[in-house]
Amino acid sequence: MSKVHVSTTINGDPVEYLCEADETLLDVLRDRIGLTGSKEGCGTGDCGACSVTVGGRLVCSCLMLGAEAEGQEVETIEGMADGENLHPLQQKFIDHAALQCGICTPGLLVAAKSLLENNPDPTEEEARYWLAGNLCRCTGYDKIIRAVMDAAQEMRGAS
Amino acid sequence: MALDNESQNQKRNFKVVGTRVQRPDGIDKVTGKARFGADMSAPGMLVGRVLRSPHAHAQIKSIDTSEAEALAGVRAVVTRADFAVIEDDEFTADTLDNCMAGEKALYDGHAVAAVAASSTAIAKKALKLIKVDYEVLPNVTDVDAAMALDAPVLHEGRANETVPAGMSSNVVARHEFGHGDIEAGLAQADRVLERTYRTAATHQGYIEPHACLATMGPDGQADLWCCTQGHYFVRDLCAAILGMKQGQLRVTASEIGGGFGGKTTVFLEPVALALSKKSGRPVKMVMSRSEVLRASGPTASSSIDVRIGMTKDGKITAGFAELRYQGGAYPGSPVEFGAMSAFAPYDLEHVKTVGWDVVSNRPRQAAYRAPGAPMAAYAVESAVDELAKGFGLDPLEVRLKNAAREGTKASYGPTFPAIGLEATLQAAKDHPHWAAPLGENQGRGVACGFWFNFGGNTCVSMSITPDGTVTVSEGNPDIGGSRASMSMMAAEELGISYDRVRTIIADTGSLGMNDVTDGSRVTFAVGLATIKAARAAKAEMCKRAAQVWGIDEDAVIWEDGAAKPAGPNAGEFPPMSLAEIAAIASNTGGPISGHHEVNAEGAGVSFATHMVDTETDPETGAVKILRYTVFQDAGKAVHPDYVEGQFQGGAVQGIGWALNEEYVYGDDGVLQNPIFLDYRVPVASDLPMIDTVILEIPNPGHPYGVRGVGETSIVPPLAAVANAVSESAGVRMTELPMSPPKVLAAMKSK
Repeated sequence: MSKVHVSTTINGDPVEYLCEADETLLDVLRDRIGLTGSKEGCGTGDCGACSVTVGGRLVCSCLMLGAEAEGQEVETIEGMADGENLHPLQQKFIDHAALQCGICTPGLLVAAKSLLENNPDPTEEEARYWLAGNLCRCTGYDKIIRAVMDAAQEMRGAS
Repeated sequence: MALDNESQNQKRNFKVVGTRVQRPDGIDKVTGKARFGADMSAPGMLVGRVLRSPHAHAQIKSIDTSEAEALAGVRAVVTRADFAVIEDDEFTADTLDNCMAGEKALYDGHAVAAVAASSTAIAKKALKLIKVDYEVLPNVTDVDAAMALDAPVLHEGRANETVPAGMSSNVVARHEFGHGDIEAGLAQADRVLERTYRTAATHQGYIEPHACLATMGPDGQADLWCCTQGHYFVRDLCAAILGMKQGQLRVTASEIGGGFGGKTTVFLEPVALALSKKSGRPVKMVMSRSEVLRASGPTASSSIDVRIGMTKDGKITAGFAELRYQGGAYPGSPVEFGAMSAFAPYDLEHVKTVGWDVVSNRPRQAAYRAPGAPMAAYAVESAVDELAKGFGLDPLEVRLKNAAREGTKASYGPTFPAIGLEATLQAAKDHPHWAAPLGENQGRGVACGFWFNFGGNTCVSMSITPDGTVTVSEGNPDIGGSRASMSMMAAEELGISYDRVRTIIADTGSLGMNDVTDGSRVTFAVGLATIKAARAAKAEMCKRAAQVWGIDEDAVIWEDGAAKPAGPNAGEFPPMSLAEIAAIASNTGGPISGHHEVNAEGAGVSFATHMVDTETDPETGAVKILRYTVFQDAGKAVHPDYVEGQFQGGAVQGIGWALNEEYVYGDDGVLQNPIFLDYRVPVASDLPMIDTVILEIPNPGHPYGVRGVGETSIVPPLAAVANAVSESAGVRMTELPMSPPKVLAAMKSK
């Protein structure tokens, strides 16, 4: 089986790669591009640890093929901070101790950023339902929700 | 330097401890830079994969690997024959057998062979070429069924001397605790309640699957990178399993993506080392989620009989429990801890527990947060609640009336020193949650929980750098912010600011042996060793200052981050700060460091009381958690955010155990729900905020009064939720999980 050539954009950088036809975008990101911030927690789209956005849409990169990224704009956790400046969500996760082990954190941040882009003023319930696809086993979600709500408020004030 | 007085220390005005500083690994973890188990690679690395038994119980008659070995890109295939023969140590022998089956496959998912190949695709193809000839045997996965005399037998001759003759060979140990005369106690009761409770097996559910990268050279020197709660234990187990010397193997712990006890043993690590040895190449192995659920350790399922007597004014006259836990395919279920902890929150004249350790055709259990205690607390706390409510008594008052306190002879033997159970109950009673009104189909439950906590072998080394900053090296993987806590305790003791201390997790070559991150031991034991290492460094710095000043070193004290003359008689010298002493260390005797090695005792037990409101949907049986409050004794909360986080995380794992999570087996013994879609852990939309109240009753065994907090928080929620659901559904629930079909059926049958 010959490999597929893909030209795409990842975190604003033009990227080309060859991948197998059945290779997931997550495996491409982790094993070919070296972007290991996206995690595989389940491989079945149930845990959200591999969350990225493709063309602005939140997806589980374990459920998408690498070949499907052709011509797309892919954003991962590695593209979230602006140089030395953390995204407000990243800073609020640290401020609120919203991570313990940190394995779910990249996926939760990518998903939360997508939430606030779609809904800058979510209720707690809306935040909880939007993030229901991202499993965290350490925190019980309390501090995560507080961090997201606090970041949303700060971002609304800044804009 | 004068020694500090411990009890004075506990009452000191802390400057750093108790604040909410930012964790040192925070930025790496919010930017995706942190490297977890699966995030490491090496030049020339191969991909390792495991072939697993599709049968719950089968004789392995033969394994033919020749076709797999002949496939282009396959560099090594291993089976049990590639590992050491272990004869004198049952635990290590079982660990090897669990990593790679010998004569029998003992559960669905049991490893039988493994390959290393140049790509994942080739490795997967090679697994299909391995021919295993199985003779399928009858299986048993239920604990009560496994104890039956006609049950399929996993092993012969594994029962220890505690097991009476005439029982199934699957019963491997019996444990008994207690004091007094149960029958005499029960005779004093106005009511004796007898109930049987059952809990399903649940998995720790860490989001990071097991992963490792192994490199072994032809000289037998090896390096291993892996996600683990205890890399020293990984080293010792792997060395034994591979017939290596411990000093030949250096293990580096990656960042760890959750463990909760489940990463306190080995699964892939010895296999990766064997594949690397055979192939001469680095080998990386990562489990899939279904491998994690099928083949790494969940906790035990249980079946528990309880008999408790109570007078009509709420005095418990006697308590008895018989606990049966299946811990999977090998001896070692956590039933002993269940039997020890079942009645720990109570001051009882007559108490007895009997625990039975049972094997079955399920994956070997691994520790799960307060192993064995949540199920036992579920049974006892459900029965106490039913009795209290039956007499129309306040369940918190009944618990206060019978609460264990300082001087109580615990049901498992020792006499308690200062403990915090009454404080948590009183705080619960005084909390607005307790008085809040409830609506239709709503109920409120409370329950108490206990955990022993542990100290153990611990080493800390602390270096003072020439510019006056400090590096703390410790040997316990940081599973939830412990590097921050160590830096805080070091800064507190040295009298410097938190941002001048950095704590790292050293590899196995850099420190003496450290016990695994378990037993809620790290903040307690590593904290204690950090404080003692800082004291050693301070003593050395006082000595250097004395040398510079030309006075006796006993005439120098350490205060506010500097050496000072002890008093006017010692001489008039301006204080020398840590940075000033560090800067001239080369001229006063060389680099300065402090270290401490200890097998720590005095961990200090911990108690909690949980309160929860639930609403039950009368049409579907679905249960919603409306409100939840945790009251727990932390001794001294070093970093309150992460103490609260432990309370909240434990409570939510307990909620999952109570409501959703279970291992589902069919008659074929095959796990039917090995993915997160079907093994459903709580998600954000299932939950409210989890309120927390931190009580601080200092632990006399720690310089700052710290008690471990990580495990106690999962002990009460099973019963607290069950007590709430029993009220909101209007029928007593005695089996977990309380999934909607079960709740609905119970409501319809009332």
